[in-house]
Amino acid sequence: MRNFICEKIKKIKPSGIRRLFDIANEIPDVISLGVGEPDFDTPWHVREEGMYALQKGRTFYTSNAGLPELRDEICKNIKRKYGLDYDSKNEVVVTIGGSEAIDIALRALLDPGDEVVCPEPCFVSYQPCILLSDGVPVPIPLSAETEFRLTPEKLEAAITEKTKALLMSYPSNPTGAIMEREDLEKIAEVALRHDLIVITDEIYSELSYKGAHVSIANMPGMQERTILINGFSKAYAMTGWRLGYALAPAHIMEYMLKIHQFAIMSAPTVSQYAAVAALRDGDKDIEMMKASYDQRRRFLMEAFRDMGLPCFEPYGAFYVFPDISEFGMTSEDFCTALLKAENVAVVPGSAFGECGDKHVRISYAYSVDTLKEAMKRLGRFAEELRSSPRS
Amino acid sequence: MEKEIRKKILEILEKDARLNAKDIASMLGCDADETAAEINAMEKENIICGYHAFINWDKTDDEKISALIELKVTPQRGNGFDKIAEKIYQFPEVESLYLMSGGYDFTVILKKATMKEIAFFVSSKLAVIDEVQSTATHIVLVRYKDHGTLFIEPHKDLRMVVTP
Repeated sequence: MRNFICEKIKKIKPSGIRRLFDIANEIPDVISLGVGEPDFDTPWHVREEGMYALQKGRTFYTSNAGLPELRDEICKNIKRKYGLDYDSKNEVVVTIGGSEAIDIALRALLDPGDEVVCPEPCFVSYQPCILLSDGVPVPIPLSAETEFRLTPEKLEAAITEKTKALLMSYPSNPTGAIMEREDLEKIAEVALRHDLIVITDEIYSELSYKGAHVSIANMPGMQERTILINGFSKAYAMTGWRLGYALAPAHIMEYMLKIHQFAIMSAPTVSQYAAVAALRDGDKDIEMMKASYDQRRRFLMEAFRDMGLPCFEPYGAFYVFPDISEFGMTSEDFCTALLKAENVAVVPGSAFGECGDKHVRISYAYSVDTLKEAMKRLGRFAEELRSSPRS
Repeated sequence: MEKEIRKKILEILEKDARLNAKDIASMLGCDADETAAEINAMEKENIICGYHAFINWDKTDDEKISALIELKVTPQRGNGFDKIAEKIYQFPEVESLYLMSGGYDFTVILKKATMKEIAFFVSSKLAVIDEVQSTATHIVLVRYKDHGTLFIEPHKDLRMVVTP
């Protein structure tokens, strides 16, 4: 039999997270700080709305772009939070998580050979999605020296005449980095000068611990060249509902919607009804969760200071990204050794791009009890490594 | 400002009283000594009134039961309900006592006891107080949730071990 699999997908490397998952999954009492999702349950009033939708038999397709009520609420929410105007009729699409939004944005934009510049470390799916859209991913390696913020110099250096888009995500998974208004102004200036479109994945926007989140779409002249992606997973603890959205100017949205319409049809209906409730009455849920994450974030920073592990202070998402270079191991070796010695699972920084290899990603979407125990073990492990240096 | 910090400390302690001042300080981004002093002061001011373990006795082989009693009383001229309350809360059998608005005056929650002990306490201690007009005793069958904590099934982490 022939090998039916296409070359494009064969060339894409499997996710670096997979290997660690396979080992960690076999250990019965593993303390995992490895997940990229909230530890809170979806707020009860949102779940109840989902159940009510089921009771009422709201189980049909919605319009391709999503329930009109939901699109309205999304636009109202964006207006309220960022002061941005989007037309709920033709500038928004409700997607299956932020992930689908990224995929359809790239597919709508890229011709073969188009380059997409992308700050790294970044979410695991960006590079593969660019490749699947026949684009060329051009990583912009970032480091803790600039707190993993994208600088105009670094962006400028990555741009060629083939560059079409900038794909970025702040607050960042895996680093927890944020971009503030001054940072974004400079990036917007470069994007305008080079006539780039910006795909901005702002799925962690509500989890920003240093002032309110600012979107690049807010910068002068940027809204018309920005695809703004967000969703319900992180803000409302709704990962399993699989619901996100994209906002873009109508002339771009038209084509994203075409892909969504043929590939997906419409996002899950029950989830969409629940999401309406989340947007209408979820501010206090967000506030409660955010305050709780912020406490744990501070707790971990203090724990790292105590064990002498360097870590820049992240102000977003629910990750910290400490520097493990003193141990002279690859991040994957470090994580495997930590898992074997102390039953603690954290994710190697290299899973998010080569330049992440000096770091590990630690999620604080866990109870303080769990974090406390994990930090005790991590501290012990670090001491062990320091006292018996590898040859 | 100080009030705000107190509120935050209390919210954390209410969820987990075992956290020490250093942990709480790091969670709130405050100074550890100041936090300890604040906790100390709140203990002295009787804002923090104690630290107790939260026990689901139903999981032990304890056979005792909990009772909640609705009490109607005649308030006394001059000292309202407080004097009557004192007569009730002095009994070691009483775990909680609330003055209520609505159809009756006091809610009395008893410490877990046998049916016999409860019957004895209600008939010969509570009902005989001069100001007490009537009592209605209710027995707790199942405790589902108490102090914000679910008693039925512990919260399980259903997430996968590692996800992107």
